[in-house]
Amino acid sequence: MNRDITNILLVGVGGQGILLASEVLAETFMLAGFDVKKSEIHGMSQRGGSVVSHLRYGGRVNSPIVSEGDGDILFGFELMETFRYLPLLRRGAFVVANSLQIAPPSVLMGNESYPDDLPERIRAGFPDFLLIDGQRVAAEAGDPRAANTVLLGAVSKRLQVEEEYWLEAMKRMIPSKALSINLKAFETGRNL
Amino acid sequence: MKEILSGNEAIARGAYEAGCLAASAYPGTPSTEILENTVKYSEINSSWAPNEKVALEVVAGVSFAGGRAFAAMKHVGVNVAADPLFTLSYTGVRGGLVLVTADDPEMHSSQNEQDNRNYAKFAKVPMLEPSDSQECKDFMRLAFELSEKYDTPVMLRTTTRISHSKSVVELGERSEAPLTPGLARDAAKLVMLPGNARIRHPFVEKRMAQLSLDASNMPANRLEFRNPEIGIITSGALYQYVRELLPDASVLKLGMVHPLPSELVREFASRVNRLFVVEELDPFIEEQVRALGIKVTGKELFPLCGELTPGRIRSALVVAGVMEAIDETSATGASEGLPSRPPNMCPGCPHRGVFFALKQLKAYVTGDIGCYTLGFMPPLSAMDTCICMGASIGMATGVAKVIPEEEKKKVVAVIGDSTFLHTGINGLMDMVYNGSTATVIILDNRITAMTGRQDNPASGFTLMNEPAKRIDLPLLCRALGAGSVRVVNPFDLDETKRVIKEEMNRPETSVIITEKPCVLIKREGVFEKGDVLLVDEESCAGCRACLAIGCPAIEWRSAMSGDKKGKAFIDPFLCTGCDICRQLCKFGSIGRKI
Repeated sequence: MNRDITNILLVGVGGQGILLASEVLAETFMLAGFDVKKSEIHGMSQRGGSVVSHLRYGGRVNSPIVSEGDGDILFGFELMETFRYLPLLRRGAFVVANSLQIAPPSVLMGNESYPDDLPERIRAGFPDFLLIDGQRVAAEAGDPRAANTVLLGAVSKRLQVEEEYWLEAMKRMIPSKALSINLKAFETGRNL
Repeated sequence: MKEILSGNEAIARGAYEAGCLAASAYPGTPSTEILENTVKYSEINSSWAPNEKVALEVVAGVSFAGGRAFAAMKHVGVNVAADPLFTLSYTGVRGGLVLVTADDPEMHSSQNEQDNRNYAKFAKVPMLEPSDSQECKDFMRLAFELSEKYDTPVMLRTTTRISHSKSVVELGERSEAPLTPGLARDAAKLVMLPGNARIRHPFVEKRMAQLSLDASNMPANRLEFRNPEIGIITSGALYQYVRELLPDASVLKLGMVHPLPSELVREFASRVNRLFVVEELDPFIEEQVRALGIKVTGKELFPLCGELTPGRIRSALVVAGVMEAIDETSATGASEGLPSRPPNMCPGCPHRGVFFALKQLKAYVTGDIGCYTLGFMPPLSAMDTCICMGASIGMATGVAKVIPEEEKKKVVAVIGDSTFLHTGINGLMDMVYNGSTATVIILDNRITAMTGRQDNPASGFTLMNEPAKRIDLPLLCRALGAGSVRVVNPFDLDETKRVIKEEMNRPETSVIITEKPCVLIKREGVFEKGDVLLVDEESCAGCRACLAIGCPAIEWRSAMSGDKKGKAFIDPFLCTGCDICRQLCKFGSIGRKI
């Protein structure tokens, strides 16, 4: 595929705020002058199901979805979902994940167990792996609910976009009463 | 000015810029956000209709009165609206009239994946198909213009991928439509009796022939001539995939997929060596290209089922020898064996206890379309059929017609408030009229929940968020003649089960209405969270009774050292205090947090 384009995947569980995070990313890239497209499925998946948002940016983007094996960056909001979508990545892709674990129904019921070796298995395939205790870091920055933004800050260092565009995008996309804590969480994540 | 818009947002924007005066819809994934966005423009009168047929009739009325208007619906919604659609094709329009159909290849959130391009051919109306958000916006204006120029309703088809993808859109200004609304009588055109309709039908055939001719010169149909070796006819999201997979291939990009621009197709075919049609679902374009006597490769290569993703297109093109197989898959492809994460009813969902009771009563449940269809999932596992909006009630009647007498009382139809008002109400009329003794449960949660909390005629508000008269469901059911109509609190498990049992045994048409709002309703004073529940670890016997309702707030924690069994734990951040699990605990181990 076109190497001029960066392919990002944001994955997690319905209700975690994945769509807002991907909107902030998309707005950032547009402000920085890139073409950008993103895609996700709403509907049934929002009832606690598995959610994946595709985002691509570059000089000119056609497809809004990332093909299997083409992902450059995986942005995981939940550990098991991070592992689930690894097949979408190319070799050597960058994986950043929140260590948060949300038990699916079969685990809640005690019929299956939540795998306890996921970080090791992720790292085995993707050495460029950053695992963050998002809730803890966000709590230290002021509010555990800003965990997604901590991760966003951590990813931002790896992308060739000036910080001012990130800040402007957050100002545009995040409700004003939650903005200051999110800006702080972003800085914290950026300096991890 | 540039903005990042979803396909649905861009359709709303396009309608606004084109001078549209009214829009109507029934919510349905992936179309719902279209009307949630037209409502942002005060120039457009936006409304939720009880169903898609009414939505199309409302906007047809606007058109006949001279205004530009459109209806939006998911693919299966067009089945409901098909009756007016087919005859509107005969009458044509006054103000521009557009029907947006949002198809769902892969059934991300649907019960089938019908290809609604077939409707354009069947109803003899033109259909546009945008390939990104910019075209969603631009094609809405084009659709209104074509509608007025050719005197026809115009369909605009998106798919989930187009409706829910976002891309950069250059915004334009609104311009008012040429016609000023006002009453204008024209019976020969607008009264479709046999005598008038016989005159209109030849007009329809002539119109479509003319459109087919003109289509070859429309900018929306674009011939991109590159390397002559490979030629691809495609449309919609697939155009974008083809451009990336085969940047050198020649492409005939169809912006209007019906009627086909025959001359352009002939020209394109004559200039390329190998011709392919890349299309999702049915061989809609392929069959018409073949009918022109042109050799083309299509569905022998590309799948008939599911979304045609870049990966699936690539696989097919590898088989055809057009692309080379690549090995760029990830270092670890092994996500097999991972616990799955299916959608689930929310913690505190008022539907949960009803399905628990139905399972205990061993009811045969004819289900319907909504969040409550998840009552099919384990551990509730209490739904036996689900076909389409409103089907539960008619099906309950039918099932009970032929089964042995002692089984008849087991038949229960379960339907939501919005779905009942959509097309369930006719089923209840039939029950009363023809003496069915099956039981109907209307799950009234005060909202159309599955699609993301849209108002409906029983919610008390309009799409414009203005207070509206609430349809009184118990009164309505009594007026229809149901022998027994009872209202229950679905959070009271014993009462819910007792009432359902009594009504199942009652030898006449009976309706039970469960009243509790959806936990996701944000409007003040509707849903109120109760006190959080917690498990007393000392007395929890580890019997697992509370797990039988499948509440995401209740977690089973396996035995630690020294413990014989495990114990239940309630997540205080997820619990809404609905109280159902407390009623299931025989040991009194679940209580309110003090």
